[in-house]
Amino acid sequence: MSAIRLRAARFALNAAAAFSLGFILLPLFFVTWLAFFRQEIPSFPPEGYSLQWFAAAAANKSFVDGFILSLQVGIAATLIGLLLGVPASLALVRHRIPLGPGVNTFLLLPLVMPGIVLGTATYVFQIEVEITTSVPVMGSLVGLIAAHTLVVIPWVVRLVTASLAGFDRSIEEAAQNLGAGPVTTFWRVTLPSIRPGIVAAALFGFVTSFGNLEMSLFLVGPGRTTLPIAILQYLEWKIDPTVAAASLIQIVLIGVSMIVTDRYVKLSRVV
Amino acid sequence: MAWFSISHLRKTYGDFIAVDDVDIAVAKGEFLVLLGPSGCGKTTTLRMIAGFIAPSSGRISIGENDVTDLPPWKRHCGLVFQSYALFPHMTVAQNVAFGLETHKVPEAERGPRVMEALRLVRLEGFEKRYPRELSGGQQQRVALARALAMEPQVLLLDEPLSNLDAKLRLEVRIEIRELQQKLGLTTVMVTHDQEEALTMADRLVVMERGKVRQIGTQRELYERPANRFVADFIGRSAFIGGKVMALGQFQTSGGLSVACRSASVVGPATLALRPERVAIGSEAEGLPNRFQAKVVHASYLGALLDVQVALNAHDRLLLQIPNRAGLSEPRPGEVMTIGWAEDAGLVFGEG
Repeated sequence: MSAIRLRAARFALNAAAAFSLGFILLPLFFVTWLAFFRQEIPSFPPEGYSLQWFAAAAANKSFVDGFILSLQVGIAATLIGLLLGVPASLALVRHRIPLGPGVNTFLLLPLVMPGIVLGTATYVFQIEVEITTSVPVMGSLVGLIAAHTLVVIPWVVRLVTASLAGFDRSIEEAAQNLGAGPVTTFWRVTLPSIRPGIVAAALFGFVTSFGNLEMSLFLVGPGRTTLPIAILQYLEWKIDPTVAAASLIQIVLIGVSMIVTDRYVKLSRVV
Repeated sequence: MAWFSISHLRKTYGDFIAVDDVDIAVAKGEFLVLLGPSGCGKTTTLRMIAGFIAPSSGRISIGENDVTDLPPWKRHCGLVFQSYALFPHMTVAQNVAFGLETHKVPEAERGPRVMEALRLVRLEGFEKRYPRELSGGQQQRVALARALAMEPQVLLLDEPLSNLDAKLRLEVRIEIRELQQKLGLTTVMVTHDQEEALTMADRLVVMERGKVRQIGTQRELYERPANRFVADFIGRSAFIGGKVMALGQFQTSGGLSVACRSASVVGPATLALRPERVAIGSEAEGLPNRFQAKVVHASYLGALLDVQVALNAHDRLLLQIPNRAGLSEPRPGEVMTIGWAEDAGLVFGEG
């Protein structure tokens, strides 16, 4: 009796897992399929297959510019996010700072805040800054990078505090005992030990920034459009498979970077 | 001549006194062991020597130098951690070379010194392995090689054997001791394992509740314990309560009168007797303290028989009978004659 129940339970679990996975993968599957359709208006069944939309995506100036801008913003935001987030994580884990748990939650907040809210708030803030200081922040590259840094920081703090929590501090003492001062100890022992967390944080931070649409919508200026926005703008006028091709390139790039990262740090162990 | 010394060292955490007025002097090349139950302050003392804990007061000096206010990285004392604390992202050779790099040893010299250190701990051929690929015993040897490579002024060992299995522990402690003697290293080790301490040390420091209870060689601690704690902690003793009536006269709480050399201060006291100093049967003849004793419990321990006997309702003793051919095992309830010499019993006044 119980054996049958167990088997039923296992079947239910597997079915649920398969369903969830399908739910996630199905859109990706259709985007991939669509990118190779020959006809301009997506309809089933496809009339034939072609690579022309990839050429169209590569020839589309706003896609290419958007891709480059997203790349720049993503890399800059990730680097700044690491520079701010790693020391913050060290402080949170190592020192008893006043309101520590509160500060921790505060730093994670951009992750749970709806993108629209975050975008509106940042937009209003940047306008206020511009009015008060007369520095043209609104619509500037700096403003965009600053906003994206905001969504990178939670990833850094979450992943780096997690790797620090399981960190054996006696190896830092061993380094000091062997003649290494605090700076050498940090670079040669502490940092390499939390490297998996940092690499994973950089990857997820970058991906979050690269794919961000809602917040960026408020902050881009004239002639400065990120890839997700470029895609959205294109969709307002046309629905040919160029968009699918551009998305597929994005998906492949992110997928490849995750696989490459996973070779060096086991992401499943860190995240 | 003390090469390394600690004077009036004290560490308090609020009201709690972790280490209280500790004075230790170590000669060059000496192997000193800090021994005591957990929480006695031995590890805190070691960490103060290494510089990880700042003393509340007192001085520490190595050689000519007062190191009390130096940070850990300027003390030049090699510490072998209980957990070994190897750098997981570095190979064995990189681990061992770390101390040489920080001390700016020229690159050409590093390789040979790493090899020499690994040879000392018999780990040649393991240079390119990572710590996770080594057994516990090998990791421990890497930790030792890493500390030795930088040629420390003092070698510090923090319970270095506690993570090894019992059989390996016996081998490694002899290995470490031989290495220490060969290199003439001034060494301070912390342990709670009495046997380990006795086999490895030149001298031992027995600590309890932050205080040094006695410093001495194995023989001194065993045969002339300074107080009841040491008599109890080092080896085994039977303790009989009572009082000192007059010079050399001890009366047990069960009313027996015992002749004792060390009884000097009149008042409540405890008599300590080592089990092997108590004679049985015909061997007890002619001894000043002779009593009839009833066997309470006997345990067969192979080489020895452990026997608990009662002299009366209050006074109990512990005997050890060597397992000789034809020995008849004492049975509970059996009565035997026991006796001990005047100088066998040690009397400790109370307070």
